Amino acid sequence: MAQLTEHAAVRRLYDRLGFGPREGDLDRGFDAVLDALPAPTAEDPPPPPVGAPRPTGDKREANRQRAADERALVVWWLDRMVTADAAATERITWFWHGHFATSEQKVRSPALMLAQNRLFRRLGLGPFGPLAQAVVVDPAMLLWLDGDDNRAGSPNENLAREFLELFALGIGHYDEHDVREAARALTGWKVVRGAGRAEPVAKRHDGGAKTILGDSRPHTAASLVDLVLSRPESADFVVGRLWFRMVSAAPPAPDAVERVVAAFRVDTRSALRAIAAEPAFLDPANALVKQPVEWLVGLMRALGVRPAEFDEQVAGRLGRGLRALGQVPFRPPSVGGWPSGGAWLTTAAWPARLDLARLVADRADLAGLGRADPVEGVRRRLGVDAWSERTRSALARVADDPAELTTAAACAPEYVVSG
Amino acid sequence: MDRVTRRRFLTLSGVTAAGALAVGATRVSWQDLMGAAAERPLAPDRGVLVVVTLYGGNDGLNTVVPAADRAYQDARPDLAYRPEDVLDLGDGLGLNPGMAGLKSLWDEGGLAVVRGVGYPSPDRSHFRSMAIWQTASPRTSVPSGWLGRWLDATADGDPLRALSVEPLLPPMLAGESTAAASLPLSGLHLPSGRLRDAFAELGGEAAGEGTWQARAARSITDLYRASAELRDAARESGEDDPDARRDKGSSAGGNTGLATQLDVVARLIEAGAPPRVYSVSLGGFDTHADERVTQQRLLTELDGALTPFTRRVGQRAVVLVYSEFGRRVRANSGDGTDHGTAGPVFLLGRGVNGGFHGAQPSLTDLDDGDLKATTDFRDVYATLLDRVLGTDPGRVLPDHAGRLDAAFRV
Repeated sequence: MAQLTEHAAVRRLYDRLGFGPREGDLDRGFDAVLDALPAPTAEDPPPPPVGAPRPTGDKREANRQRAADERALVVWWLDRMVTADAAATERITWFWHGHFATSEQKVRSPALMLAQNRLFRRLGLGPFGPLAQAVVVDPAMLLWLDGDDNRAGSPNENLAREFLELFALGIGHYDEHDVREAARALTGWKVVRGAGRAEPVAKRHDGGAKTILGDSRPHTAASLVDLVLSRPESADFVVGRLWFRMVSAAPPAPDAVERVVAAFRVDTRSALRAIAAEPAFLDPANALVKQPVEWLVGLMRALGVRPAEFDEQVAGRLGRGLRALGQVPFRPPSVGGWPSGGAWLTTAAWPARLDLARLVADRADLAGLGRADPVEGVRRRLGVDAWSERTRSALARVADDPAELTTAAACAPEYVVSG
Repeated sequence: MDRVTRRRFLTLSGVTAAGALAVGATRVSWQDLMGAAAERPLAPDRGVLVVVTLYGGNDGLNTVVPAADRAYQDARPDLAYRPEDVLDLGDGLGLNPGMAGLKSLWDEGGLAVVRGVGYPSPDRSHFRSMAIWQTASPRTSVPSGWLGRWLDATADGDPLRALSVEPLLPPMLAGESTAAASLPLSGLHLPSGRLRDAFAELGGEAAGEGTWQARAARSITDLYRASAELRDAARESGEDDPDARRDKGSSAGGNTGLATQLDVVARLIEAGAPPRVYSVSLGGFDTHADERVTQQRLLTELDGALTPFTRRVGQRAVVLVYSEFGRRVRANSGDGTDHGTAGPVFLLGRGVNGGFHGAQPSLTDLDDGDLKATTDFRDVYATLLDRVLGTDPGRVLPDHAGRLDAAFRV
């Protein structure tokens, strides 16, 4: 199997386990980067800019405030992604957001979306069990998948079904009876919007025995999660999802699954390290199309541009651009999360991508691209392994205008795709 | 009205070259597309099929409502429509009050309602059940959509024979060797001056480039070929406000703006554009809670888009409306319904025999709380393949013999 050069391998580590390299990052060795990247985050995130849910007196004012809070939340998270030293923490937070895909469209509470986001950040690199336990009774998740409406005698199956199908086990490893019984196990959780938390309500919980995956007990949310995660198919499934986003759309070979799953049983941090140690991780063929947020954040990291410093107008343009690209944080299109691969390479996406690239380039200090060979300078700055002849020739047309050069370079196939 | 000319449509179709590659198809060049479409223009008498997918699992019992049935009222007391609320179709059934336009088409004999449509051993996963409907393969997973196989069998590698007016290509339009074209609704604005030239050059080929990088480059080239004409054909849909409304049923995905999509399709059909199949969609039907308001609003949107569309091009086209499943008969505690099984399918337009087809599923003889399907959805597909697309259904649905011939006039 062909292998990436060490330089390209380091770049891939930053792309896949983080949000792309910053200036100087690529001078380091693979092992040193791998040691540093998936470190637990020591810092606590700065206080979020969104307020607690307010009592809704004036509906229009409440809607306006909520929209403003959501915009602030998006900018806050993008800024964290851009500035994070331990980028793997933000990257895994982003991964879990796509895995347990929850949208503000229905939750209608930026504060609860933020609380879920902090949950992913706090538990995202640890063992999967505590994370899954917390997510299944997370207030935003309960509102999103109607867990709040799931009561004894009249269960709502939405959360139970998606938990089995998309979050923890995968289709084919349970049947309809299991869904119905799992829904009963999840009954009784109530979201207290004002307090921003969920609590069990004993009289809404179905305390009877439920037979789930052949196991008959008076199951609760906690015992359901334990039971499902104890199935060998569960770890295989979640590891497959990690692989899909960090290595390739082609599933891992059986021996690779075995190694990564063994690490995943310790915690997700170990699973990331195991993935990076797989031969397939260094296979040049395993290119991935960057998701729009990954592309944009990577560009801002490389160019040292911080979204937190944008004024309201520029932040608005940023939000519109992401919406046109089809990926707004906190608004995945469905509980199945965002698409991948060619779905991002539509003709319709390019105007938005160009506009966002220009927005970032106009706010970057580009003096360092150099006068002698700016095309080479922008390659180094963006951390691209190499330009093709095609791209070199295209970029030469705008080489004397740093902002135009950087805009075009950010839209080159070599940068839009993580090679 | 800005009509789409044939030449313009051919320019639009530049967006398709990347589409076919999604399934590893023969690469179609711009010249190939131009040539093929010019050589085989769509004759005015050829049937056109427009598929409307309702994502999320539309509640059939509150769409074609058995309002007079005691069992219906008992199963969902707070969710049920009263007999006087619905638009009476006879047989004890009535349309949802949001569907006044379709009721008028029904009165004129132009709406066929196929009742109890589903398949054996129903799957209640959105993603799996939608895959079953789109691949027409309930028992095994297959890598091609039913209309993709129709393309494989008949289109001779020409992706212009089917068009998706959605950002992404639905699986139903992906064959093993041919995939449909896709047309974005948003406007395309390119940079000017030297940046325009530099960006255009990025769309060229690079020796030894990876698959994805090459695909990115090709979509840049497609963009340049399409942009000038696309701006006119695909009207700016305007910036949609994500907070404009609340979708309680949105967790299962799907599009909004059905009227905009159908407007583009109507213009293309009127212009005699080559596709014989179009795909559009509406999302938000996953109504686990507070169903009545959400679903009625969505059905009103469907009605408001579909009625004028049918009046405009129904002489030329046949419309199929379906969802991946219906919902549970009994309401849940949140005034919504969980995932169920069979539901109604609508057919409208050219040659459609208005009225009811298929038996209404019983509300008392249930399968573990769910309706028992009375018509297999592949019966509907087979009839559409034959009567609208003029193709032997056996070439697309090899293991299925059923038909629903009564849905079309002789």
